[in-house]
Amino acid sequence: MGMTMTQKILAAHAGLSKVCAGQLIEADLELVLGNDITSPVAIKEMEKMNLNTVFNKDKIALVPDHFAPNKDIKSAQHCKCVREFALKNEITNYFEVGQMGIEHALLPEQGLTVAGDVIIGADSHTCTYGALGAFSTGVGSTDMAAGMATGKAWFKVPGAIKFNIIGKPNKWISGKDVILHIIGEIGVDGALYESMEFTGEGIKYLSMDDRFTIANMAIEAGAKNGIFPVDDKALEYIKEHSKRTPKIYEADADAVYDKEITVDLSKLRPTIAFPHLPENTKTIDEIKEKITIDQVVIGSCTNGRIEDLRTAAEILKGQKVAKGMRLIVLPATQKIYLQAMEEGLIKTFIEAGGVVSTPTCGPCLGGYMGVLAENERCVSTTNRNFVGRMGHITSEIYLASPAVAAMSAIKGYIAAPEV
Amino acid sequence: MNAKGKVFKYGDNVDTDVIIPARYLNSSDPNELATHCMEDIDKSFVSKVNKGDIIVATKNFGCGSSREHAPIAIKASGVSCVIAETFARIFYRNAINIGLPIMECKEASLAIEAGDEVSVDFDTGIIKDITKGLEFKGQPFPEFMQKIIKAEGLLNYIQSR
Repeated sequence: MGMTMTQKILAAHAGLSKVCAGQLIEADLELVLGNDITSPVAIKEMEKMNLNTVFNKDKIALVPDHFAPNKDIKSAQHCKCVREFALKNEITNYFEVGQMGIEHALLPEQGLTVAGDVIIGADSHTCTYGALGAFSTGVGSTDMAAGMATGKAWFKVPGAIKFNIIGKPNKWISGKDVILHIIGEIGVDGALYESMEFTGEGIKYLSMDDRFTIANMAIEAGAKNGIFPVDDKALEYIKEHSKRTPKIYEADADAVYDKEITVDLSKLRPTIAFPHLPENTKTIDEIKEKITIDQVVIGSCTNGRIEDLRTAAEILKGQKVAKGMRLIVLPATQKIYLQAMEEGLIKTFIEAGGVVSTPTCGPCLGGYMGVLAENERCVSTTNRNFVGRMGHITSEIYLASPAVAAMSAIKGYIAAPEV
Repeated sequence: MNAKGKVFKYGDNVDTDVIIPARYLNSSDPNELATHCMEDIDKSFVSKVNKGDIIVATKNFGCGSSREHAPIAIKASGVSCVIAETFARIFYRNAINIGLPIMECKEASLAIEAGDEVSVDFDTGIIKDITKGLEFKGQPFPEFMQKIIKAEGLLNYIQSR
């Protein structure tokens, strides 16, 4: 009985030749990540336990991005706590506000995550790096503290669901439509405790930005991680961004999967998740009524990358947002921001009547930079549409791709560009 | 180790945003977090909860973000145990790591109703609905996790090794 790709990475990091689903192991970590919400809890725990040193100052990444630039005094205290800890421990990969970005867009861009790594992060969307063929998963602050102190973490080896990706997607169909379609099929606990392993000839049509979006939302199906095979596109990305050498693991031919699901990219349509769960999906063709909206957010660790901005700008170019529409665009990192500026995308957004923000997670979790009032509706390229997620508990979030978000901003109601 | 208390009952997919809304995550103080616990799903929870009370829910409890503030808020509210059919995996980890007792039991999660008096024996996994006179067998933790819980959290466990 063979191992899945995830199981092979975990076995290698636990010093074992073989692991099987359900087995408890302790694995060595290449990277431990935290942000301004989760790190202060971990830092306080370390202090309480008199754990005064970190296992490796180069293998910890601290990214104040949720409520940074500081949204209020309490958030400023949290960011200060992270900054002081980083200084004291000489953390190499601490990102101050001018160098920062949303963590899951920033770390791959900085070359800190490569194929074959085992990474934990005190943020649920840490599963994003599976796009590069790494095992990465979200944990809490205590696991982060233990990881920072010891460089190790305990895992229950997951089983896996295999997604066989076939076909070529039509124009305007992106990674977001793929993952929303999948979550709509299997539900928000459809991959609970499992790996989502993506494979198949259709993957070659998915850009790295598409793959980041897909792996990013594996957690929204309850998964431990989402992971892609390491092909030429992935290797090219790693080579361009990192000095580290990737290690390629492949699933055994006789690996055991709990389930196999085929996704035909050529059949996908623009897909939207209705309130209040990411599994409440409808294709654009299934929406018969006109759903008017007040705000559109384009950004986040899910969809704030350059391709996302290019897609949105392509639709918004020369157009104006609907009267009363609040369009908020957040490039996910400073580098993406600059690139968008150089490509003229920022100009397009502003001329269309949108506002462009510095990188922050702010609006996605109802922090700041786009909080919703009572009964307001938002089309958002973010990842969660739970009750009260972006503001008032009666507000509604519709999750969609950058293409649908941009078109909806112009129309004033949920709409997709025609193919 | 045992728990006994009155039940607060919820359904499927209770997410971490309703357990502790992100607008309060500018604090990491357990007592302050507890004053907003369950606010977006049950406004009266904070005023009604007593020390020892038990939360019972159905599938995928604690889905969503990795915020440890969610089990911290529940624990600081005085809740002695959360029983569910299934837990989201990060919440499950976090609960063990901070020493909030949790128990998976489908039958109990379906049968127990709000306001019932319930007791839980963590060593045996026996859950009793005293109000209804029913008994269920939950899944006790594997030995490895019991060690973490007995050490009162992961960091204590690491230090004790």
